[in-house]
Amino acid sequence: MTLSYPLQSLTAHPPRLSPGYKSTVKRSPTKPLIPMRHTLSELTGPVYGHETVRENDNDLTLQGKGEPLGERIIVHGYVLDEDGRGVPNTLVELWQANACGRYVHVVDQHPAPLDPNFTGAGRTQSDSAGYYRFVTIKPGAYPWGNHHNAWRPAHIHFSVFGHSFVSRLVTQMYFPGDPLFPFDPIFNSVTDEKARNRMVSDFDLENTRPDWALCYRFNIVLRGRNATPMETK
Amino acid sequence: MSKAQSKPEGVTPSQTVGPYFAYGLTSNGKYDWNDAFSNNLVTADTSGERVRVEGRVFDGDGQPMVDCMLEIWQADAQGRFSDPQDKRALPNSSFKGFGRCGTDADGRYAFDTIKPGIVHDPDGKPQAPHLVLAVFARGLLLHLYTRIYFSGEAGNATDPVLALVPVDRRATLIAQQAHCNGNAVYSLDINMQGDNETVFFDV
Repeated sequence: MTLSYPLQSLTAHPPRLSPGYKSTVKRSPTKPLIPMRHTLSELTGPVYGHETVRENDNDLTLQGKGEPLGERIIVHGYVLDEDGRGVPNTLVELWQANACGRYVHVVDQHPAPLDPNFTGAGRTQSDSAGYYRFVTIKPGAYPWGNHHNAWRPAHIHFSVFGHSFVSRLVTQMYFPGDPLFPFDPIFNSVTDEKARNRMVSDFDLENTRPDWALCYRFNIVLRGRNATPMETK
Repeated sequence: MSKAQSKPEGVTPSQTVGPYFAYGLTSNGKYDWNDAFSNNLVTADTSGERVRVEGRVFDGDGQPMVDCMLEIWQADAQGRFSDPQDKRALPNSSFKGFGRCGTDADGRYAFDTIKPGIVHDPDGKPQAPHLVLAVFARGLLLHLYTRIYFSGEAGNATDPVLALVPVDRRATLIAQQAHCNGNAVYSLDINMQGDNETVFFDV
């Protein structure tokens, strides 16, 4: 099956220049991007197998000497193409703040404690149906310098490859009902409400593990659709 | 596991990598995490001309972007991609064609790789050797795509993608060869804005 990657799919993404998010002002191009046809260089992409994923890379609560502090959660879902087909065997990388809203990154000076048992990095590979699953700690909200009293809603960063180099996606998964949503210029850089809501995970009671961890479902839809429309379930 | 998927309403929107991705994506030995990828694409069995491609990334104030992640994707020296979607025989080496590099405190990046071979466009026209480059950074809500070509390649003059670019902007896509002991070094800065704003492609 050959997928195509129409530019129309890109309209869901935020405009690069979103002045409410101040860092975009000096970091987004001022000249129009130049359209070009996709060649094999764009239509192919890196293929990585299990060799890049170690045991426990998808369980961020098992990477330290002891259990990290905070609310243990399961995050799972499917990596899909635009027709709803699972994207099999693709690498999914994740990074996040700890339960207190602190990243291990040296530049993060938020005065909240680091957790010696939590790095906040993980990776996994989707299975043959596109399904992936992580166990982690629910990240905390944290302040940032964009404007007075600016706080990022709790989020988990995702990096996904997909079928081609133009299906590459880096995004953030948010948690349902976060009171910080109306005030966050990064979340609201996605101007279409329906598209914005696709970044918000669903609470998943069915897969919540009794006496152990809440579960959130987050499907990740990458560019790519069949050149000729087909029926999907 | 879960229910069958219905047709999605659209793609998941992109968000910035933010300032704190390095420990997860480009830790480079600085954090307690193993990197899946590096900026050295050359494997022991890779054939082709070894090259280093390096440069710096600057914002609209001319300040180095120290929290930038660059990824390259390229063909092998025979112009084949290490992806089953390239229907020709796969590269006869463990060369993967993908590299990732975080910029340093000077906004500097570098890739050690091989000069790719010729890849044809959909009309069968040869494209000059090139790397596809994706740029991720704090302040970039959606990553940018550009290309890195190599100075001194005769094919640059007839490359169908370079031909789409106004003549006075093509230099922003062509890495210039510098001299170094042994391996060829090519240099190209990425400018997000300004007089030499890098050409980015709408792909």
